[in-house]
Amino acid sequence: MSTETAETTTTAPTAVLRADGLKVATTGGKEILHGVSFALTPGKIMALVGESGSGKTTAGLACLGHFRTGLQHTGGSILLSDSTDLLELSDAGRRALRGGSVSYVPQDPALSLNPAMRIGEQILEVLRVHGYGSTEAERRERLAGVLTDVGLPADADYQRRWPHQLSGGQQQRVGIAMAFACRPEVMVLDEPTTGLDVTTQALVLQTIHQLAAKHDVAGLYITHDLAVVAEVASDVAVMLEGDVVEAGSVKEVLYSPQHRYTRKLLNSVPDLAGRRRIGDVSAITGEHTVVDPDAGTQAASEPSTGTQPTGRRAAVSDRAPEPAAATQPATNDDGALLSVSDLRLAYGDNQVLDGIDLALAEGESMMLLGESGSGKTTLARCIAGLNDAYQGSVALSGNTLERGTRQRSADERHRIQYVFQSPFSSLNPRRTIAESVEVPLQMSGKLNAKQRRAKVQEALDQVRLGATYLDRRPGQLSGGERQRAAIARALVNAPSVLVCDEVTSALDVSVQASIIDLLRTLQVDTGMAMLFVTHNIALARHISQRLAVLQKGRIVDLGPTGDVLENPQHSYTRELLTNVPSL
Amino acid sequence: MSIIESQPTTPEESPGTVAREVETPPGLFRRMLRQKQAKIGIAMTGAVVLVAVIGPLLLPWATGYTSTEFSGRPFQPDGVFGTDNLGRDILSRFLDGGLRLLIYAALATGLGMILGSAAGMLAAYQGGTLDSIIMRGNDVLLALPQLVFALLAITVLGPQGWVLVTVIGITHAPRIARVTRSAASAVITEDFVRAAEMYAVPRWKILAKDVLPNITGPLMVELGLRMTYSIAAIASLSFLGLGLQPPTAGWGLMINENRIALTVQPWGVILPVLAIAVLTVGSNLITDSLARASATVEESK
Repeated sequence: MSTETAETTTTAPTAVLRADGLKVATTGGKEILHGVSFALTPGKIMALVGESGSGKTTAGLACLGHFRTGLQHTGGSILLSDSTDLLELSDAGRRALRGGSVSYVPQDPALSLNPAMRIGEQILEVLRVHGYGSTEAERRERLAGVLTDVGLPADADYQRRWPHQLSGGQQQRVGIAMAFACRPEVMVLDEPTTGLDVTTQALVLQTIHQLAAKHDVAGLYITHDLAVVAEVASDVAVMLEGDVVEAGSVKEVLYSPQHRYTRKLLNSVPDLAGRRRIGDVSAITGEHTVVDPDAGTQAASEPSTGTQPTGRRAAVSDRAPEPAAATQPATNDDGALLSVSDLRLAYGDNQVLDGIDLALAEGESMMLLGESGSGKTTLARCIAGLNDAYQGSVALSGNTLERGTRQRSADERHRIQYVFQSPFSSLNPRRTIAESVEVPLQMSGKLNAKQRRAKVQEALDQVRLGATYLDRRPGQLSGGERQRAAIARALVNAPSVLVCDEVTSALDVSVQASIIDLLRTLQVDTGMAMLFVTHNIALARHISQRLAVLQKGRIVDLGPTGDVLENPQHSYTRELLTNVPSL
Repeated sequence: MSIIESQPTTPEESPGTVAREVETPPGLFRRMLRQKQAKIGIAMTGAVVLVAVIGPLLLPWATGYTSTEFSGRPFQPDGVFGTDNLGRDILSRFLDGGLRLLIYAALATGLGMILGSAAGMLAAYQGGTLDSIIMRGNDVLLALPQLVFALLAITVLGPQGWVLVTVIGITHAPRIARVTRSAASAVITEDFVRAAEMYAVPRWKILAKDVLPNITGPLMVELGLRMTYSIAAIASLSFLGLGLQPPTAGWGLMINENRIALTVQPWGVILPVLAIAVLTVGSNLITDSLARASATVEESK
């Protein structure tokens, strides 16, 4: 580890901030960081990469001399300009430093800006607190300057706006402007683009990159997204459970990774071109390994023919669809399993869905792609009957369905299943996994308790959670395991359509990879159709045969995945494709 | 400095999450018991409850008299604590007077909890018109002072046990309903309730199995608090002569009967006052620590 950091510093000997053997522990004595070292150089951005719980945010906040409640500094130092140790400073000294020489950009701009304060005032406040400039006029000049720097209009009108009048990307740029206002030497950016759409993310990343290069600011970019790292950073340190396991330039680490954890992370990153196969996760996070010989052959086939599931396991699927139906799904709309026609939904003046026509054949997987606010979740919920305020029709095997789930027949309810976005919210924390998973069976009322438990166990086996999970509660499970349990609940009645609403967006990349792997295997095994709703276009080739692009309640592009990606018809799709960060 | 002070801590970002997810957090009661004040509260409440429960069984064996028997002349220092206004043994009346108070208080609290939590959950779950009707009805009930409402009902219906329990239960209900509604409305937005909805689980079952278990924390706190109020209300009504009726022994009634001789024979007042005070302070301590214990669960979520 130490040799690697030495390497980075030799290229630019004047490190502006240097963490050396940083150790942080909980007040209970459990060590969170076991001696983390890195160095930041002016004009360059270093990325700190790791999964949830790896300690990357703790390390980032330590650069500001801050430790979250319950954590304390137990060893090592953070040197600013090779002279002052940040962690030895008094509280007053640290306060002066924060926002001045070292500044911080938090993850969610909507939470970090004061909603009752005009944005110009908020930036001015930072300048005043740090005594930037000698007169108010000087500070106002700086305010205009910094707004221009982050690519926002600097006129008085704009400065008088409230945070809610800005888009997410603009809010985040205001956050960056606040951090940048006092000309800091170091900026700590804590996942600043995680909540943003790809197009906005591209803009924000560009802003950060330009700022660092133009003003010689050193950046510490905390993220879990390796594709973003490739776009923005020049150096990278990979963290695993409180240790930096690999560090070096982006080229070295991302393209010839040495540590097996880095390799595993890289393997999990979804790839728009479909060259790599994601998944096949090694056991490093404790997630169950997905062993699926067929998935290998599938991924090995050419991307353009990736729409054709080749290695189908006929033995497992008793009601597997005709291969022909899966090969040419677009042609047989008449015999479609699920068809949505002219679906409309409006809340007041806000037209959320504006005439959606969609058909899903048996055994087909379709991705529904859209940014936040495009209406994708609303559409998914209308199909599942969770939202009954729509007009138009949803038909299953030719029979038009009632609008709400309670009006639909038990059989119709069984056949369409819905998996929720957040596994942290979709399972009742007071129920055991078995109790949660058996709810759909209980409602059908055909089986007794013993049969139900056997069925639940079967479903848990399908999602690769063993019988040991039956009597655990969600609090004892990791995010990925919870999502598997939620999928098991959807599978327990053997649905014909599985609607997955952003099921991986709350999960780490490696967990995402294993969930995607699982869903694909399940889809092939059971022959169910799947509607995979997501905002992440990079997953397209990994999950779906067809791709529908949703924008402002309309489907703007629809076709086989390969066709849409290689030959997008709509300008919106083209814009999305150009902005996707990639390795 | 707002940029520094605001740190977004998403659940999956804090390093402690992993450890927390693996260990089972100790249950609500175990966390409560870890606090010193909970132990003190349990000891205090336990002592009074013990006296109240065992007391009636000891009569007349322990004191030689039942609670309604005349042992001598009024306000004489006969026996351990003397005699009361009619010459009955104070200790016997004290030992016999607690259980009825506790049972009435418990029944009233239970009734209030059932009515209040059902109304609150229903209002939160259904929303819309029903929510408005329930909550505005609550406001009307809240506008009537608890004791005045009880006085009114008892004067009309007569001072009987069931009237006492029902009236106090009903006056508790709107307060409990408010707490329940706010706790439940946070749970109802969770996806697992939507999932149950999707599987067409009957609505009462969603409330009983998905919502109720997730709001037990605030409800337990409310339960403790309302229990204290019930005890106080029944004791006050008895004091005013509208609760337990003579010659039945009751702590509130004893205070009223014997207060005229406070300087001559103070035990007739001091004993019941002490018991009620210890009980109230004890149950408040328990409630407090329950509240703290359930707050730590909320935080760790």
